[in-house]
Amino acid sequence: MNSFTYSPPTAVDAAVRERINRPDSAYIGGGTNLIDLMKENVAHPTHLIGLKKLPLAEIENLPDGGLRLGAMATNADTAWHPEVEKRYPLLNQAILAGATPQLRNMATNGGNLMQRTRCYYFYDLATPCNKREPGTGCSAIGGYNRIHAILGASEQCIATHPSDMCVALAALEAVVRVSSPQGERSISFANFHRLPGDRPELDNTLRPGELITALDLPKKGFAKNFTYLKLRDRSSYAFAVVSVAAALELDGDIITDARLALGGVAHKPWRKAEAEQLLIGKPATLVTFRQAAAELLAGAEGHAHNAFKIELAKRAIVRALKQATEMDYVLDTNAFQNSNP
Amino acid sequence: MSQLAQPTLGRAPVALAPTQPLTLRINGENRTLNVAPWTTLLDALREYLDLTGTKKGCDHGQCGACTVLVNGKRINSCLSLAVMQESEDITTIEGIGTAEELHPLQQAFIDHDAFQCGYCTPGQICSAVALLKEGRGKTEAEVRDLMSGNLCRCGAYTNILSAVMEVVNAQKA
Repeated sequence: MNSFTYSPPTAVDAAVRERINRPDSAYIGGGTNLIDLMKENVAHPTHLIGLKKLPLAEIENLPDGGLRLGAMATNADTAWHPEVEKRYPLLNQAILAGATPQLRNMATNGGNLMQRTRCYYFYDLATPCNKREPGTGCSAIGGYNRIHAILGASEQCIATHPSDMCVALAALEAVVRVSSPQGERSISFANFHRLPGDRPELDNTLRPGELITALDLPKKGFAKNFTYLKLRDRSSYAFAVVSVAAALELDGDIITDARLALGGVAHKPWRKAEAEQLLIGKPATLVTFRQAAAELLAGAEGHAHNAFKIELAKRAIVRALKQATEMDYVLDTNAFQNSNP
Repeated sequence: MSQLAQPTLGRAPVALAPTQPLTLRINGENRTLNVAPWTTLLDALREYLDLTGTKKGCDHGQCGACTVLVNGKRINSCLSLAVMQESEDITTIEGIGTAEELHPLQQAFIDHDAFQCGYCTPGQICSAVALLKEGRGKTEAEVRDLMSGNLCRCGAYTNILSAVMEVVNAQKA
């Protein structure tokens, strides 16, 4: 790790000013990913702006019936917040499917969005990586690529976004609130992360210096019929090979609204309006589910070690939708919500 | 010409940042130390405060040997900077139980032989102390999931689980 200075501002405007004035600085929330990247010498800011003294850790109801998740609330406090457990259990499940209790106690909501890919080559300074050093090449293409993208990749980069939480946030259509010296703005979740294209070094659409202050969840939480299904190489504490956030509204056995997002398959949580349209207005049957799965995976391309994920994702989608249909969620405050059904 | 990227060494900052006095509240005691900003909480405990019960395993948040409690919540001390923990209430394994009166988990680890080399044990016990406080893990499957942030290279998991379950069940009773 290189040496650096540290300051913990107490106001958002002071933090964003400091970030703009120090182009080689970085914000630090919980630090679980950034400090690791600094130890690996992948990231080397010379100044860290600590965010923990900012008043951004609240979780509060919004006037429109939604819920605001402060950017500095921890993943653990968010998952176990009574309003999240009751109204957004899909988010609770997704958060608890990721990392460990220790990491979830440190990692923040804003930081979860900002975490970098776990592509082995991105971490390995001895190998070319367009995300780490633009223009050097992609070692995963033609290399070992089990955890890499099957959708939305480019010839420059096949990295995946590693978050579970973000897959649920995509399905729930969260809104990312950000601050900069120019003021505040909102970014829809679909537009927050980006595909690699020919700029794989850019993970998201934040402008220089912008700070995430909150994530706003819309009122509709799909709290009755939902599933976060995560398939991984061991039953706990592993990144997703494929994950599915499925959320349905049902009128009898007819689907009246549907959300479907995939993790572990692309540079961002993968959604497609056409796939969800194939579900809406249809009976909740395996035939319907298979059609939506085929549409969501349309155009998928595998590499030497990850082509299996195309069929795996389709089957995972069908299973997740079936589980969501059969579910009739009522919060049991005494039960631990097992994140790995 | 080789396409291999050259390893990038750490970029030197303009000037070496000075150490700064920092007060940490550890096991109920205020301790003031001079550390550089890049000192992790783990290194501060071990190298500056001689609290070597907390172990450095992977140093990347993957093994849990460095688990300590901050305001009662378990964290990986290797992935936090000491300067980020000013004024927080930190508990290390040295603050759990005494030689005369062991914490029930410490006694259970002995009774169940829940270790071989013992290197992961302080982290396992700190993690399990927090697990009990969280009150979420009641069954073996839940405890396995909620203890998955603590690896045991010797593979003493069966006995670790027995030890933790004994105390979980005693709490339930």
